[in-house]
Amino acid sequence: MSKPLFASESAGSNDTAATTTRRPRPRLAVFKFASCDGCQLSLLDCENELLAVAEAVEIAWFPEASSRLQPGPYDIALVEGSITTPHDAQRILDVRRSARIVVTIGACATAGGIQSLKNWADHEDYLRCVYARPEYISTLASSTPIADHIKVDYELRGCPISRHQLLDVIGALVKGQRPRLPSHSVCLDCKRKGTVCVEVAQGIPCLGPVTHSGCGAICPTYDRGCYGCFGPVSQSNCLSLTDQYLSMGTSTETLLPLLRNFNAAAPEFRDASNRIEAIAKRTETSPEVPHE
Amino acid sequence: MSENRTIRVEALTRVEGEGGLHVRLNGNVVEDLQLTIYEPPRFFEGFLRCRPLEDVPDITARICGICPVAYQMSAVHALEQALGVTISPEIRRLRRLLYCGEWIESHGLHMHLLQAPDFFNAASGIELAATFPHEVTRGLKLKKLGNDLLEVLGGRAIHPINVAVGGFYRAPKREELQKLIPSFEWGLQAAIEATRWVAGFEFPDFERPYEMISVSHPDEYPMNEGRIVSSSGLMIDVAQYEQTFAEHHVAHSTALHSLKVADRSSYHVGPLARINLNRDRLCETALRVADEIDFSTPCLNPFKAIIARGLEVIHAFDEALSILRDYQSFKPSRIPYEYRAGEGCAATEAPRGLIYHRYGIDDQGKITFAKIVPPTSQNQRQIELDLIDWLPRILSPDDQRTADECERLIRSYDPCISCSTHFLKLTWEQPRAMIEHSP
Repeated sequence: MSKPLFASESAGSNDTAATTTRRPRPRLAVFKFASCDGCQLSLLDCENELLAVAEAVEIAWFPEASSRLQPGPYDIALVEGSITTPHDAQRILDVRRSARIVVTIGACATAGGIQSLKNWADHEDYLRCVYARPEYISTLASSTPIADHIKVDYELRGCPISRHQLLDVIGALVKGQRPRLPSHSVCLDCKRKGTVCVEVAQGIPCLGPVTHSGCGAICPTYDRGCYGCFGPVSQSNCLSLTDQYLSMGTSTETLLPLLRNFNAAAPEFRDASNRIEAIAKRTETSPEVPHE
Repeated sequence: MSENRTIRVEALTRVEGEGGLHVRLNGNVVEDLQLTIYEPPRFFEGFLRCRPLEDVPDITARICGICPVAYQMSAVHALEQALGVTISPEIRRLRRLLYCGEWIESHGLHMHLLQAPDFFNAASGIELAATFPHEVTRGLKLKKLGNDLLEVLGGRAIHPINVAVGGFYRAPKREELQKLIPSFEWGLQAAIEATRWVAGFEFPDFERPYEMISVSHPDEYPMNEGRIVSSSGLMIDVAQYEQTFAEHHVAHSTALHSLKVADRSSYHVGPLARINLNRDRLCETALRVADEIDFSTPCLNPFKAIIARGLEVIHAFDEALSILRDYQSFKPSRIPYEYRAGEGCAATEAPRGLIYHRYGIDDQGKITFAKIVPPTSQNQRQIELDLIDWLPRILSPDDQRTADECERLIRSYDPCISCSTHFLKLTWEQPRAMIEHSP
């Protein structure tokens, strides 16, 4: 999980012999699991490039965009969404079998998404909360990322993903190259853009130091702290950052939901939020510690 | 063809989210018809409980990647009502501007890439581009302008980050927004041409006795605010929504069906409903184009929703331009508030129709309950009834053709299946269009 990209060498190396001869266009498929459709929409949001992409690859399976659905095998499968039902846990195995390269796109697919909040909750209670007839429903008690079920070749982070990164990845794979994506933190992007630090200047808790780059560091340019929608950067030190915020007076009530949103089940964020929750509970039960 | 047969479309295409259609026929008689929705449930109403109310616009946005602004707008209006916050006229205008961006983006996508291919037997907008390169490219450019606006004002097009309870995290600088004016001037003209183009399509002769429902405001085309009106003369405050409409859980769908309480009858929301009920509040340019293309209201042909979308895109460009031209940055960008226990509700107009939210909050600013009714669960029963009427007219010995024609009608609603927050799973046989004959 901590090294999201370049998980597999096989994708590029299989291709190199074929690049000298004229190859048929790679066949692209887009699959959806539990998600909001926003990450696959990112492909249709490449308005300037869409028709060029459609020339570079054969769009063989993309139900949101085309009624012409062709069976596999596929060269590249983009997988959106997390696994939340017994059926989907089976279906993802078929996707893996049908595709040479599997690229998971977005926080649902790479970390379980916002729906992973149910991993902390009473599942039956959630069912009753939404549905009058819970017996009609078949779901798993947890929402898990795709990589918990199959081998994933590349991961694209974000809620939603960056369409520029998506184009870079498709472009590289079409050329038979290994995609190269930045792996630094959002914090560094702010420095590069010259954005004044919202934490330092305004005291707003910000996850920029521990969050994976890719969004363009937009939140701080709109006077709000990063809420981690690209998930933890590799070797993030969430414990140190949250300790620092706590020591500066940020409440556990602020930090807990900040870590528990779109990448709540990513291990680094999950561990940090569980720890904050434990601290909050200790504070609640300890009479000596004043509690606001 | 007097035997029983079953037509199944296992995966509807060119719609957002996952749904299918199961039809059982006895000869030419429809014995059973179910628009099945098997999108996995995601339990948003569950997650929201106990969250800080400030998180609601960010979280509800994730219900739908195609219309996040609709969720954000309904959420902030409902929460502001609960908090007793009155937003400033500047914030109100900026919210309409944001909604214009989403209408342009979403309608542009549906008109050109999702629905238009149906009129030319093309499987996708990309295929359609082979026949209509200019029109599809223009459509993509229009859609992009909607996204450009969402990016400047919202921070990004999908799941914008700048919407806050009380207003915006930051009001854009004047020059950031004014930079958009030249391209939006082009967009207004292009939207007019696109609307003329779609109005020239060949439409099936099919009308339905709809009860149309939309938000309505005395002075403006409905988006963020107003009462709820219907074509049968209903006019209620948003607070009466749940006494008038109720959701029902049916076994074949993860989307709850919404029906009128009085007689459990279905109704129709979306661009056709809006335009039928609020035509005179369209901008002058859109009205002129509507007259020129002979778009008469009430329009009860669901396929013609594509024309209504075109007219709304014209309106959205026109209104966006007037807001952009007059815009001055302002402070505060967010109205401050204090926590108090309470409840609030709001209805706004998502691109695909009326969307209703209600929240309870406690005196610590935490959510105590959430109720969200998306447009597609309101249209779902109506789509089924339309199909029962539509099927005998298009029934062909070729089941694939029959299935295609059914899909075409479903698609005209621009159903957003991901939107239905409360979805459960039903039978899934094969993840592809599959037709079955049973003797």
